[in-house]
Amino acid sequence: MTFRIPPLFLLAVMGTFLGAAIAAGVDYPLDAPGPDGRRPGGTLTQNAPAPPLADDENKDLKRERNYPDQPPTIPHSIRGYQIDKNGNKCLSCHSRANSPRSQATMISITHYMDRDGQALAAVSPRRYFCNQCHVPQKDVLPLVGNSFETIDKILQDDANNAKKP
Amino acid sequence: MKALFALLKDYWGILRRPSVYFSLGFLTLGGFIAGIIFWGGFNTALELTNTEKFCTSCHEMRDNVFVELQETIHYTNRSGVRASCPDCHVPHEWTHKIARKMQASKEVWGKLFGTIDTRDKFLSLRRELAEHEWARLKANDSRECRNCHNFEFMDFTRQSKRAAAMHSTSLAKGEATCIDCHKGIAHKLPDMSGVKGW
Repeated sequence: MTFRIPPLFLLAVMGTFLGAAIAAGVDYPLDAPGPDGRRPGGTLTQNAPAPPLADDENKDLKRERNYPDQPPTIPHSIRGYQIDKNGNKCLSCHSRANSPRSQATMISITHYMDRDGQALAAVSPRRYFCNQCHVPQKDVLPLVGNSFETIDKILQDDANNAKKP
Repeated sequence: MKALFALLKDYWGILRRPSVYFSLGFLTLGGFIAGIIFWGGFNTALELTNTEKFCTSCHEMRDNVFVELQETIHYTNRSGVRASCPDCHVPHEWTHKIARKMQASKEVWGKLFGTIDTRDKFLSLRRELAEHEWARLKANDSRECRNCHNFEFMDFTRQSKRAAAMHSTSLAKGEATCIDCHKGIAHKLPDMSGVKGW
């Protein structure tokens, strides 16, 4: 007489053993500590109180770009600025026609070109949505450290370290 | 027509004749008290139509413009001051208020005949409606803005550099008024093609 084990039963037994093995076998804490910058202290599963909202930096001082073709950050608050098919609040100061009146920086000429470099009468649709690239900055310290150095700094260091002839 | 004239003549006769049964004191005092009640009642009823609750009791306002107002600084802010619908859209001074209220009878007409009773109808009329408000504020030198934002009380040193530059020149000289630059601060803008400065 042959004794048959139902396959489903076999699977269930194996599953139980496997699950137990995994539960016992992890050698890392399931409740890992949270990353330090964004949420100091605590673990990933704990709810920390939300940090207070920071204001947009609104000093109207142009910031240095880290590299030449970095989209410049916006040095003022843009709360409530409408940018959609009906209108673009940014362009009411920064467009070619409006910048003399407002004395705001004119958007770069590349924004008036199509992808083949042909000049257009108005802002190119692909450049229309300003804050795809340009963003205001919050008045807060960076969450995580950064060791980025601009090319000027590297060149300067190079020059300083060069042996005097 | 003849009968109507006869009726009017009858009433004119009653008005002209001196009172027979009521004393002069009763008539003057009674007229005074009735005047207070009518005047007070009129103004109370008028003020009832000058509330956010009244404006948003119609879906045209509640579902379109009121929703947009709610995310702006004029609706909610750190100090808890709110400019509700009539603060900007109805003059506060009595004479101007009555003039605006009479104009608003056109809006009652619009409500009755469903001029903007769907979102699509509203959007297609939005530019025209916005232009009415821009024209009104341009014509009265942004009077409703100035009910709260008094130029004399502005501290340019507390404004951002750009704001101070604009306010101390164009606004101070009277070349521009609030609405010239601050369009769409409380509601979304219509298609702005062709609008000066956009």
